Amino acid sequence: MKNNRREFIKNLGLTGIGLSIGIDGFSKNVALKKLTPATLALEINPFIIIENSGKITLVNSRPDMGQGSTQAVPSLLAEELEVSLDQVSIIQSDGRSKYGSQQSGGSSSVRGLWMPLRQAGAAAKEMLIKAAAEKWGVNAADCYAEAGKIFLKGSQKSVTYGEVADLASTYQVPKNPKLKDPKDFKIIGKYNKRLDVPDRVSGKAIYGIDAEIPGMVYAKVVHSPRIHDSIASIDDAAARKVVGVLDVIKIERAMPHTKVDAVAVIAQNQWAALKGAKALTVNWKSESGKYLNQNTSEYFEAAYEAAKKPGIRAEEKGDFDAHFESASTKLEAVYETPFLAHAAIESENATVHIKDDGTVEVWAPIQGPDGALSQVAQYLGVPEEKVKINVTLLGGSFGRKAYMDFLNEACDISRKIKKPVKVLWTKEDDISQGPYRPAMLSRMQGVIENGRAKAFHHQAIGESIAGQVFNGLRPNTADDWLSGELSQENHQYNFEVNKVSYSRVKTSIPVVWWRSVYASNFGWGQECFIDEMAHEAKKDPLEFRLGLLKNAPRFTNVLNLLAEKADYKTPLPAGKAKGIAVFRSFDSISAACVFVSKTDNGIKIDKVVSVIDCGMFVNPDNVKAQTEGNIIMGIQAATKGGITFENNQCVQSNYHDYQVLRNSETPKMEIYIVENYERPGGVGEPGLPPIAPALGNAIFNLTGKRERKLPLGV
Amino acid sequence: MPVFNLNINNKVYKITAEADMPLVWAIRDLANLKGTKFGCGMAHCGACTVHLDGQPIRSCQMPLSALSKKAKITTIEGIAEPTLHAVQKAWIEEQVPQCGYCQSGQIMSAVALLKTNKNPNDEEILAAMEGNLCRCGTYQRINQAIKNASKML
Repeated sequence: MKNNRREFIKNLGLTGIGLSIGIDGFSKNVALKKLTPATLALEINPFIIIENSGKITLVNSRPDMGQGSTQAVPSLLAEELEVSLDQVSIIQSDGRSKYGSQQSGGSSSVRGLWMPLRQAGAAAKEMLIKAAAEKWGVNAADCYAEAGKIFLKGSQKSVTYGEVADLASTYQVPKNPKLKDPKDFKIIGKYNKRLDVPDRVSGKAIYGIDAEIPGMVYAKVVHSPRIHDSIASIDDAAARKVVGVLDVIKIERAMPHTKVDAVAVIAQNQWAALKGAKALTVNWKSESGKYLNQNTSEYFEAAYEAAKKPGIRAEEKGDFDAHFESASTKLEAVYETPFLAHAAIESENATVHIKDDGTVEVWAPIQGPDGALSQVAQYLGVPEEKVKINVTLLGGSFGRKAYMDFLNEACDISRKIKKPVKVLWTKEDDISQGPYRPAMLSRMQGVIENGRAKAFHHQAIGESIAGQVFNGLRPNTADDWLSGELSQENHQYNFEVNKVSYSRVKTSIPVVWWRSVYASNFGWGQECFIDEMAHEAKKDPLEFRLGLLKNAPRFTNVLNLLAEKADYKTPLPAGKAKGIAVFRSFDSISAACVFVSKTDNGIKIDKVVSVIDCGMFVNPDNVKAQTEGNIIMGIQAATKGGITFENNQCVQSNYHDYQVLRNSETPKMEIYIVENYERPGGVGEPGLPPIAPALGNAIFNLTGKRERKLPLGV
Repeated sequence: MPVFNLNINNKVYKITAEADMPLVWAIRDLANLKGTKFGCGMAHCGACTVHLDGQPIRSCQMPLSALSKKAKITTIEGIAEPTLHAVQKAWIEEQVPQCGYCQSGQIMSAVALLKTNKNPNDEEILAAMEGNLCRCGTYQRINQAIKNASKML
């Protein structure tokens, strides 16, 4: 084992030999599934590197797309190791399996790594204390660790971690190191400034687009407007005349589930590549056989047709249909959410160098270096040992950069031109090529009996991400990524009769997860319909929910805190209204109260109050920041136009026709965090799902008109 | 190919480029100053904001041929020297950035605003910052940081 550790340190280019320790045994593909950290084993592995010089390096295994993992992940190690983050260096993991799952996604970083990384930190601390005790000839129990040093109680004696790291590394790693009582945490749960922020305000932070390597050329990929078309012919005469253009070659865009033709314009600089692409004429041969509901009108027509028929049952308590048929007071409504683009400001890009010796090096803003490693190795047919992944910062992602078609493009170009190349998509590529959040319908049915909600049915309708992207959905089965969000276990409303069903509507419009995934779609239907049922039962929507959540104390607490902070019970003057919603996703509960008013220019969003119960968290300020981001993105999703396809191609192309929220559209935001010692939940996404329905409910309270289709006219 | 002597951050860069090359690419790829970001390429997002003679401009829409010989360009690297600008300090204090990709542009717009208006009100801040998109949604902190910075100047 020691040789392996030496090897690792050498690979990192670090000097000296020391202790490295970490975790292993992570299950793969956990990004969007429920994580079970308790099953993760503790083994030697390099998450913590302590050099003889005293330098301490911690590994962040989750790429940072703005969600704060550069601070949050090493904090778990540092808390138990007894070091502060300003005395360590932080490096990004490279995708090797020894780091376990490295995918940022599904709001999984802190909740997934909570136990294993704390255990790794605690195990290293125990080994270092034991080494100091051996060195001094005292009992380990008489020593303690603090700020990167071991101290002997009742004496002036101390030794740095670096001084005892060699000795510590000869010990067995303790399998069950003692973890700190959360009440004793010094870092976790405390306000600490993110140490990566100064570089992000000085222009020094390195994003994917900033990668530069010697001999590199630049490429602009020209994609098929109808996504799936093949190339009939290329007229590149004008493109080749553009000064700086080096070559024009046919390549492929390899998506996870399909490959399509594309053309790359290779140039000496990015501008020449862009200019060359504009001068290029590609005659696309229509591959109409590959279009399936590739116009949004066809897709929605098929979806509304599906809403008239029963779906595939995902879960059912009681016989819903029997109750619904015989009920005297019942409601039914269909809610609609559009396709959405992620539209991060940094578009997709990747830099790839396939070297003469057969090794491959990648620099890219990607959500998962482990996935990138296996993808590149498979795509190029080289062993993983020959591939090196360098993860840069991500200039936003929201799910998009977990879908690494752009990385395959750079690989394909580099192998064809035998040079290092940077591929940069334009905003037009980003907006018009997909993948997108799938558009979805929620067919809602409910039964009211004696003023109470008795039976509830959520039929989810639309394309399955697992089905399209991973070919991972068998016919006539419900997608459990999707139905899990809608399950009674998740929403916890105590309906006597509860049913979840799913109807898949296929499309060839590429889809993938988007911030909060299906929760961003189905929060809309679920929480607006709960309000509809409340009004039908002649109950206040808050009281109605609390009545259904009597056995769900964390939900009740969140709603009560929201009511208090939003001053819910105080009536608003005429022309103003508020609405609420609550949704649980990624193991966290978030509720929102949206305040709206009538103005001469229509409805205005005045204020959003949000409450989140994410269990234990690392940095309260980052929880607030993520929730602010979720409110802003949630309002965009609710009020701005979605992505539409006509003539089998995307109608939108840039921020002028696919609008994201601007500064002046920002409402006043107040965020409150529930403090408790519950197991950590997600933070990066759960604040989003309640925003649209809280707004829809507010608009109903303002106008009396029930909106069921997004976007709303605000 | 034309040669341009570009004064960026008070240093002259000899840039050999086509005259229609937008300034953003000359700054990023030829002067190798990567702090200025490319976003939408259409002046919708403001990620590429730099100062031309003290005025904020979208460098993705400014061809090199349109620059006068005396043009002085300032990028995020230029305000950071030798220590952080008050706006950058305020950005750190408020913990504004999430991904941070748009923040060079946001900061350049804010610095330009505070140069001409030492104590902007809410409307003036919104008017100056409206062209800078932040997909992470950091606007509330941006506006607070501008107010804080105005007190430091």
